Amino acid sequence: MADFLKMVHEVGVGFFGPLLWSLVWVVIKVVLLLAPVLFIVTYITLAERKVIGAMQVRPGPNRVGFFGVLQPLADAVKLIFKETILPIKADKGLFILAPLLTLVPALLSWAVVPFSPELVLANINIGVLYLLAISSLGAYGIIMAGWSSNSRYAFLGAMRSVAQMVSYEVSMGFTLIPVILITGSLNLVDVVEHQKTWWNVIPLAPMFFIYFISVVAETNRTPFDLPEAEPELVAGFFTEYSAMSAGLFLMGEYANIVLVSFLGALVFLGGWLPPVSILGFIPGLVWLGLKAGFLMFVFLWIRATFPRYRYDQLMRLGWKVFLPLSLFWIFLTGLVLQLTQGVRGG
Amino acid sequence: MGLDLKNLLQSFALKELAQGMAVTLKHMFKPTITVQYPEERTPLSPRFRGEHALRRDENGAERCVACKLCEAVCPAQAIIIEIDPESTAEKRLTRVYDIDETKCIFCGFCQEACPVEAIVLGPNFEFFGSVRSDLYYDKKRLLANGERFQNALNACIAADAKYR
Repeated sequence: MADFLKMVHEVGVGFFGPLLWSLVWVVIKVVLLLAPVLFIVTYITLAERKVIGAMQVRPGPNRVGFFGVLQPLADAVKLIFKETILPIKADKGLFILAPLLTLVPALLSWAVVPFSPELVLANINIGVLYLLAISSLGAYGIIMAGWSSNSRYAFLGAMRSVAQMVSYEVSMGFTLIPVILITGSLNLVDVVEHQKTWWNVIPLAPMFFIYFISVVAETNRTPFDLPEAEPELVAGFFTEYSAMSAGLFLMGEYANIVLVSFLGALVFLGGWLPPVSILGFIPGLVWLGLKAGFLMFVFLWIRATFPRYRYDQLMRLGWKVFLPLSLFWIFLTGLVLQLTQGVRGG
Repeated sequence: MGLDLKNLLQSFALKELAQGMAVTLKHMFKPTITVQYPEERTPLSPRFRGEHALRRDENGAERCVACKLCEAVCPAQAIIIEIDPESTAEKRLTRVYDIDETKCIFCGFCQEACPVEAIVLGPNFEFFGSVRSDLYYDKKRLLANGERFQNALNACIAADAKYR
């Protein structure tokens, strides 16, 4: 592998020159990372319809291609060839920018997500912080979409959505702090490697559940999909969007689901570490995929099961239950660490 | 309303959520009940009220005797009948027998009213029109329907005969 990389570098430098090659190499790495991510994003839409279909005792899409495997392509073709409608009253610039601003942060976050100790685009020491910072940016796209559409439904939907995302980001961030306390590092590779003895989900089980419920709310999924609450708000913040601009919002939503599933698998479920060391012969990438895949499945499972929350219930849950609980658990983790290990150095 | 500790513990243990998710998971492995429509079809009752048809008798003559009972009973006034002026007391014939399927509410009163089982609502529900006039059926079309679905119509009438 290392020899092959060296060879690629030599050929690249010879062809492009050292300066241009370093840029081209980054682009190649980004493409190699994002192509599978976008593939998963495309096919989670099919998985969603299949899983929910099965839970409702019906087969789901099965007409386009065998078992419906070409359905996402058909959807994409439909979205691309439909007319993108710009409302007359809309603020055109922001209106076009908004879907991009929701999708791009979801993709940017992948830079620090490690797939194995070596396989990570940017192994930076503030990985968790970077993720929290970038994922907060998604709220801007949504509020811009709501504001620039110049429509009541879109505006109300955006208000709800942003309030919800901001609220749940707090508890989501707080659930990650005990993990950081235990690991003593913000580097995601360190966080995973530190789970060799036992996964973080064992000492931090309540935090894992709070994390998961928070990210369901954070990604605006059922039962917290109030922003797009069809009965009241038509489609929430993307009411006025059509064709591929609406498709970009959906892609952003699914990209976020995939991202938080991988993050949950890395931070709480031991990432690429096998559950028992005997199973270590299976490559770490498979374990990570299985764990993240399970979390993605739970997203769909939840959607097929629960009815939508009311807005005040949602806010109460976020601020009055999750926030105190996660704060208490941070305190508890700190206390236990202090008593068992003494003050950490540095 | 005091602090119900048991309730509180149960809601923190996500008990009811787990129960709900168990139900959906169980259903996930059940066989689907979907009928793949164009290939598979659900059974139809012999009383199914679909597209209209005018029947002929065994000699090939029109059954309709132009009594206009169906026209009179039709609540949507979708039927228009004119008697053939050449009709005699022995042989009454229609000159015009039109049904506007866009007006029809498929109540089946015409079939109930008909003394000679001429106008019937058949088992066919797969008909459409791209313009309104496509759904304005004249006598020719109704008789053609009667020939097209002859066997099905006879079977339906035979199956339902003992209840009439």
